[in-house]
Amino acid sequence: MVDCVENRLLTSRRGLLLGGASFAAWAYLPKFARAADGRDPRLLVVILRGALDGLSTVAPIGDPDYAGLHGSIALAADGAHPAIMLDSFFALHPAMPEFARMYRDKHAAVIHAVATPYRDRSHFDGQDVLESGYAGPGRVQSGWLNRALEALPRGERVSSALAVGPTTPLVLRGSAPTVGWAPVALPQADDDTAMRLVDLYRHRDPALAMALSQGLQLDKVASGDDMKPKPGNAMVQMRQVARGAAKLMAADDGPRIAALAFDGWDTHANEGGPVGRLAFLLGGLDGALAEFQSGLGERWRDTVVIVATEFGRTARINGTDGTDHGTGTIALLAGGAVKGGRVISDWPGLKLANLYEARDLKPTTDLRSVIKGVLQGQFGLSDRVLAETVFPDSAGVRPMKGLVV
Amino acid sequence: MARDSQAALVALNRFGFGARGGASGDLINAASDPRGFVKAELVRASGVLLEAPGLQSTQQLGQAVFAYQDQVRQAREAAKAAAPAETPSPAPTEQKPGLRRNLSLNAAATEVAGQMTETKPADNAAKPAPQPLNVIQKTFRTEALARLQRATLATCGFTERLVAFWSNHFCISATKGELARIWAGVFEREAIRPHVLGRFADMLKAVEQHPAMLFFLDNQQSLGPDSRAGQNRKRGLNENLAREIMELHTLGVGGGYTQEDVTSLARIITGWTFAGRQGQLGTPGSFVFNTNAHQPGAQMLLGKSYEATGLAQGEAALADIARHPSTANFIATKFVRHFVADDPPPGLVARLRELFVKTDGDLKALAAGLVDSDEAWTAPLTKMRSPYDFLVASGRLLARVPEDPGAYLNNLNLLGQPLWSPAGPNGFPDTSAAWAAPEGMKLRLDIAAQMGARLGPNIDPLDLLEFAAADAASIETRRTIERAESRQQALALLLMSPEMQRR
Repeated sequence: MVDCVENRLLTSRRGLLLGGASFAAWAYLPKFARAADGRDPRLLVVILRGALDGLSTVAPIGDPDYAGLHGSIALAADGAHPAIMLDSFFALHPAMPEFARMYRDKHAAVIHAVATPYRDRSHFDGQDVLESGYAGPGRVQSGWLNRALEALPRGERVSSALAVGPTTPLVLRGSAPTVGWAPVALPQADDDTAMRLVDLYRHRDPALAMALSQGLQLDKVASGDDMKPKPGNAMVQMRQVARGAAKLMAADDGPRIAALAFDGWDTHANEGGPVGRLAFLLGGLDGALAEFQSGLGERWRDTVVIVATEFGRTARINGTDGTDHGTGTIALLAGGAVKGGRVISDWPGLKLANLYEARDLKPTTDLRSVIKGVLQGQFGLSDRVLAETVFPDSAGVRPMKGLVV
Repeated sequence: MARDSQAALVALNRFGFGARGGASGDLINAASDPRGFVKAELVRASGVLLEAPGLQSTQQLGQAVFAYQDQVRQAREAAKAAAPAETPSPAPTEQKPGLRRNLSLNAAATEVAGQMTETKPADNAAKPAPQPLNVIQKTFRTEALARLQRATLATCGFTERLVAFWSNHFCISATKGELARIWAGVFEREAIRPHVLGRFADMLKAVEQHPAMLFFLDNQQSLGPDSRAGQNRKRGLNENLAREIMELHTLGVGGGYTQEDVTSLARIITGWTFAGRQGQLGTPGSFVFNTNAHQPGAQMLLGKSYEATGLAQGEAALADIARHPSTANFIATKFVRHFVADDPPPGLVARLRELFVKTDGDLKALAAGLVDSDEAWTAPLTKMRSPYDFLVASGRLLARVPEDPGAYLNNLNLLGQPLWSPAGPNGFPDTSAAWAAPEGMKLRLDIAAQMGARLGPNIDPLDLLEFAAADAASIETRRTIERAESRQQALALLLMSPEMQRR
């Protein structure tokens, strides 16, 4: 605290961007331009905090066990809100029409049954592994994206990266220079945090539970139906953040690499199927991807967006129409530089015997191979740098080929 | 061990400002000797005093206000004297942005910023460059920062809590005007702090003779009707300060005084004022007794006659009021309500009342008596932290020593406890209901979420829970934090947990 009013911080961060002094340093910002084809590649990493339900986002409708396991929240190819078929087996959540369009344009791809090397079920540790790029949770205070940046040739070819949001995500922390930007709107606590707190109060402090619930209700009444895009709600905030980031990255002298995080994917209860809480969040993510595309304009052609989460969720729904912490999930790629229109997966199947610990979608692809493939395709990083510096001790995890145009 | 952590929680939260994060080990130290941990701060009376670079005396600050007001007046007159010639403002040389895509990052950043601020008209950054702070604002912030830093760094914070208690008991409000604003901090430093571990009668006298209080409750305007000034001018008695002395500062409502006593005390303290900018009565900004304004003659107060001894008449009256049985009862009750429970345990109140009487209002003995009581350690932690306590406790746990008071002052305004600015002379409320209101809880959560977003990535929430409560934390709180979806969220939930909100 003490710096507990975020406005000040955000203002000062923006001041940094707008202040001029930093532009002096940015003016000679190099490009990663590839001499061969004149491309000026960009990479945007989006972290979904809370462990996205990959089986609800890209549903294996063709798997005979899917509907039974996912029960009341399973997606279907028919009904009032049909899922969008990506191929004969996988279908996309109906809240993501923009991603579906990109997919049809071959500018988006899905990698399914993917996971980091982390196999336990703690968000904090899972995010550490996802962002640090190390095989286990530790106290490394640098992320793989920052180390990738640092590994790029020095001098004219090195640039600052952009951290979007009130803080720099671990993935982008490290010794390579970064700049920060965030929208200045006073952030409010999100619904998920409020819900958890009310739940804690209900068990421990009923008076506070009542007070907080009433306060939240007043707020809801004032701001209207929460599931519609309204100023200040999560859906609008995601778009707003994406719009700002895209504008900054689109500039000729703008950052080529950026990272940001969206919260709220820990759907233990009332996750919802084609409509509901997850649908609302996916709609926000879909809107953010659309903002990236329109905001980057011409640069979208040279861009890859990686959307990743710390782990997946249980294949079978729990007793409260949600899912618990699982393992295998999806990663999404979007952008004009993506060789898209594909769901890439070595599908393990959802039979009980095929599930990881009889609970989760079994991971068959290492997320690091996907990220390595993108880093190599976009920036030409060598196998050795990727295996030793960016993702230490990962020589056995080969960069996935052919992800980038 | 669980028992010890519980006692440590009482030591740190009920009596202090909560455990500090980092490697302080406050909870462990408090657990090994809870009472000793709290009382350690009572030993060094000088530790209550607050001295920091840039802090000035009441007189210096009074003169600074007078000089500032002169300067403003002169500037205004000079502006008026200068011909009101129309100076045509130059046409804004506006450039049309964004004709070419991908123009430059500079343009993009400007555009993005504009876009974002459109949706948030209240954004300060969108306004033109802020005016430099004047001496009053600067002083207020300097005083606030010194107080916040002291509270953040204190080992336990018991004496700082006592300072806040007495400062709220004898409150003034900085909203009264420029003098009140510039004096709000020094009033506390000069009239409250030196006596927090001293005698109640001395604090009472220091408070009622402090220029800030005399200004706040209008006593500098009060003239004895039969005094020389009162006869020359048409003004007369102002009962404001006299009434609040008896109602709020000493005897309490129903403490056995009548309207006649109020009027009488008002007459007794006529002439208690401070020297103005001209300094006819003394150093500008200092307390003075103005004989010309003082009501002559003896006065009856609470059944006793006070001879016409000038300034000493009022000082004698205050000394007697300070040791009145109603005062002992009023103070003991309020003290226990603040530290222990909204419904103060009657046995503890009675013992502290007797202690107050027996020691002739020794406030250190009163504080020690509270810590020595069993009730203070066995009563459940059900008091709600005030916004100030909550913000300080959060800053301590996060090991963030403020370098600028702005964020605190903003959040205190938001949460309804603007620093040194209660709505009335009765101070901020001291019951849980006042601070656990729906809107307040929602705002607290928003603030906690901001802190979480800003500082969460760098902390281990479970380590922090160990610092804050260790095994006195409830299972539910521990699980809620363990299961949060991010460190940011975990931190917000920890700051909002009952262990952090209740004391």
